[in-house]
Amino acid sequence: MSLQATTSQTVGPFFLIGLERLFVDNLAGPGVSGERVEIEGRVLDADGQGVPDAMLELWQANAQGKYAHPEDTQAKNVEPGFRGYGRVPTARDGTFRFTTIKPGRVPGPEGKLQAPHIVVSVFMRGLLRRLITRIYFPDDPANSEDFALNLVEFGRRGTLVARKSTKRDDLLEWNVVLQGPDETVFFDC
Amino acid sequence: MPDLPGYRRPYPGTQPNYLHPPYVSSIKRAPSRPLVYLPHTLSEVTGPLFDSSVLDRKACDLTRQHHGEPLGERIIVSGRVLDENGRPVPDTLIELWQANAAGRYLHKVDQHDAPLDPNFTGCGHTLTDSNGHYRFVTIRPGEYPWKNHYNAWRPAHIHFSLFGPAFATRLVTQMYFPGDPLLPFDPIFNCTADEKARKRLISVFDWETTMPEHALGYRFDIVLSGRHATPWEK
Repeated sequence: MSLQATTSQTVGPFFLIGLERLFVDNLAGPGVSGERVEIEGRVLDADGQGVPDAMLELWQANAQGKYAHPEDTQAKNVEPGFRGYGRVPTARDGTFRFTTIKPGRVPGPEGKLQAPHIVVSVFMRGLLRRLITRIYFPDDPANSEDFALNLVEFGRRGTLVARKSTKRDDLLEWNVVLQGPDETVFFDC
Repeated sequence: MPDLPGYRRPYPGTQPNYLHPPYVSSIKRAPSRPLVYLPHTLSEVTGPLFDSSVLDRKACDLTRQHHGEPLGERIIVSGRVLDENGRPVPDTLIELWQANAAGRYLHKVDQHDAPLDPNFTGCGHTLTDSNGHYRFVTIRPGEYPWKNHYNAWRPAHIHFSLFGPAFATRLVTQMYFPGDPLLPFDPIFNCTADEKARKRLISVFDWETTMPEHALGYRFDIVLSGRHATPWEK
């Protein structure tokens, strides 16, 4: 039997009602090991205006590079309490923020490891389907050999890599730019 | 670990384009550059899983979340979640939200001049059972005006959010009602080119789930991306 996946529709402006219950802005509870980071940024529209009614969903491995999911059969542990899931809304000015640990490297195609990354779904009023992108970490030597980054033209790869904030050492900045010269790379995925 | 099979990509025309000018908000929010094709890796074939520990049992009956009964027509919305291979998707979280019978959302941004209902919040969630079945009791949401164009009205609809087994299977959609006269005029419903795909968003009136003396039943089956049999995508 072959069916076709149901058509996506926008979350609209009122998704808070249904989706707020599973908002998670700290992906790494007290028992979870790894390098703690906070990531903040803005979702910006074609005019450079912050999008006040967007939502990001995050999915990542733990610091050992293991997903809390049965398909990840690597002989590594997942700490109790680590899920690797986050969901954060934007504020009135389009800002979002979450805390996590830097994930480890996970397997990619042909047995090569991927660079540490967080996969991201972006939802908002005006988006009929989610957008999919990734957050990579600054100055990670593995970035240069990451297969997904290498699928992207060189000049646009930077949109997928968070920047160190000048405010604090453990703070990273990463924006979702929907249109324009600095448009974020989104994946067909 | 060996490469794992990825999930299928949408059939042409069965998913909306990001830019759909009749839906005015898409104009400044749709990406302008082509998407970069990404084969599925372990990051996309895994995804958050939720079990009954996240559930509130009362959440599948939206008519019993307050002291009194909400106003409006009580309905039962049920169906199955399947994948494109026709297999049920068990134990997957469904989140749902909607307007009340008067067409008003319990949300500070909703300024539509229609009454809120103190007995209706308009949100629910549940897990599918081992056969992929789900069931909600709610009230039929009202149509409501919006500012997309002159005299714009949204047809009655219920928002559905599903995870499925993987990041790749995540879906947010809307369910509509049969015979709604607003459907031909709604730019969101009509954003998808394929007519059959659009029509699958319309629930079906269903005698089997209709409860005598109590509530009409509507069936809405949902299909999530199916998995390839082998790791090799074409």
